[in-house]
Amino acid sequence: MALLRVQDLNVHLGESHILQGVSFEVPEGGVTALLGRNGVGKTTTLRAMMGLVPRRGTVSLAGEELTRLPTHAIVRRGVGYVPEDRDVFAGLSVDENLRLAERGGTPRYELVYELFPELKIRGAQKAGTLSGGQQQMVAIARALLNDNPVLLVDEPTKGLAPLLVTEVAAALERAAELTTVLLVEQNLAVVARVAQQVVVLDMGRVVHTGTAAELLGDPAKVRSLLGVHGGSH
Amino acid sequence: MSTFVLLTITGLGLGAMYFLVASGLSLIYGLMGVLNFAHGALITVGAYATWWMSTQVGGGQGTKLLVAAVFGIAVGAVLAALIELVLIRPLYQRPVEQVLVTVGLALVLNALVEAIWGFDARPFPVPSWMIDTTTVLGASIPNDRFVEIAAAVLVLLGLNAFLRYTRYGLIIRAGVENRAMVTALGIDVRKAFTLVFAIGGAAAALAGVLSGVYYGVVDPGRGTSLLIFAFIVVVIGGFGSIGGTAVAAVAVGLIQQYANYYASSGLGDLAVVLLLAIVLLLKPEGLAPKVAH
Repeated sequence: MALLRVQDLNVHLGESHILQGVSFEVPEGGVTALLGRNGVGKTTTLRAMMGLVPRRGTVSLAGEELTRLPTHAIVRRGVGYVPEDRDVFAGLSVDENLRLAERGGTPRYELVYELFPELKIRGAQKAGTLSGGQQQMVAIARALLNDNPVLLVDEPTKGLAPLLVTEVAAALERAAELTTVLLVEQNLAVVARVAQQVVVLDMGRVVHTGTAAELLGDPAKVRSLLGVHGGSH
Repeated sequence: MSTFVLLTITGLGLGAMYFLVASGLSLIYGLMGVLNFAHGALITVGAYATWWMSTQVGGGQGTKLLVAAVFGIAVGAVLAALIELVLIRPLYQRPVEQVLVTVGLALVLNALVEAIWGFDARPFPVPSWMIDTTTVLGASIPNDRFVEIAAAVLVLLGLNAFLRYTRYGLIIRAGVENRAMVTALGIDVRKAFTLVFAIGGAAAALAGVLSGVYYGVVDPGRGTSLLIFAFIVVVIGGFGSIGGTAVAAVAVGLIQQYANYYASSGLGDLAVVLLLAIVLLLKPEGLAPKVAH
């Protein structure tokens, strides 16, 4: 059963028709990867789902329509968001970044510090002085702090060193044990490691849906859909 | 030496008023991206509300001023919150319309004050001990200067504590950096907007009260003249920075006083514009931009 359903999502930015009727479903549990070449609308899809850009179409979570809600209310329904550029608050400390993300209930600091012990050590450090990888940890930790049924995670490994990519992938795997993840990711090795389902976009439309194993096991399909050589395993 | 001390403390008193006006402007722009041209009218309204209340209550001048100032500051805060809720909120992401509305509102509020209380200046309830002087290093300093400086320091400390130690302060500091990301953490940032407007309105009204004490009278043009220098202070200090605003306010107040005395009377305003030009050339983003502490 689909936990998240996106139907006929359209986004215009200026004169450009970025998303042209994007529709797909995200099943409950595990990781669904949203793939595609650069500039096909993956980040815009997540931003539109979060209400961060003007859009038409519907997005529903467990049958509840989200599209009429403002961004903060969508998050409060249980949609966590890790943006592409991390967007940590540079002038705030790591602790303050995390505290800001608390939304009532019991924040899951144990989980966050289990995944990213470094954040505990660097609690008083200004987030703007962290490395890219550490900032990514803060961004993911903010989303994991609350018990969100769904996480939208946008290119978490972008620009990271290989060791950090492994660490982030491990965190995503752990997150997927607790919640449903919709992941935008260019690194196919990470996709192969964490994702079960894939949705492929091209020119603002969905051009393929299926299992990750089926897509990544077919180098010709990977090449035609993603414009890269297969063999990510 | 005594002249220099007098100029310095008077400059600090002026800087205190600039800071009170500019801190609200700076936070409002830093958090919400709204250039509030009606902020000067809040100074005028705060001053007139205080003056009016002082004519309604009994007691000595000190009690009158205290009660009336609390009333004036409350009026400033409530009016600012109403402005945000009714006029600004429907116009987020529409900066041109915001400017037109706030300029129009400033004109309307000033005209309203003139229509009700006339164009003439009104005597402000200043207790005699504030008019008296205290000798500092040979200079006779009117006591109101110390009140103005102390009020601004208290507001600066209070704002810093609020921003540093409260959840709303955290939201405002984060919102100054990246408003969209604050909402993406599930926070209704609009409540912070209203709060910041109210805080700015209260600080502007307090500046109105203190300007009444400083000049001994209130007049309808008071807010406009203070607002011009407050905008300069905000640009020099950096939008969204309370610390930068405080430093810039002191610099502007002192330079104005020194230039007026040591160069030529009337050159103070020109010196401030020169300072603005120098900062814009060397550090266009201001002394401490976009960090609200």
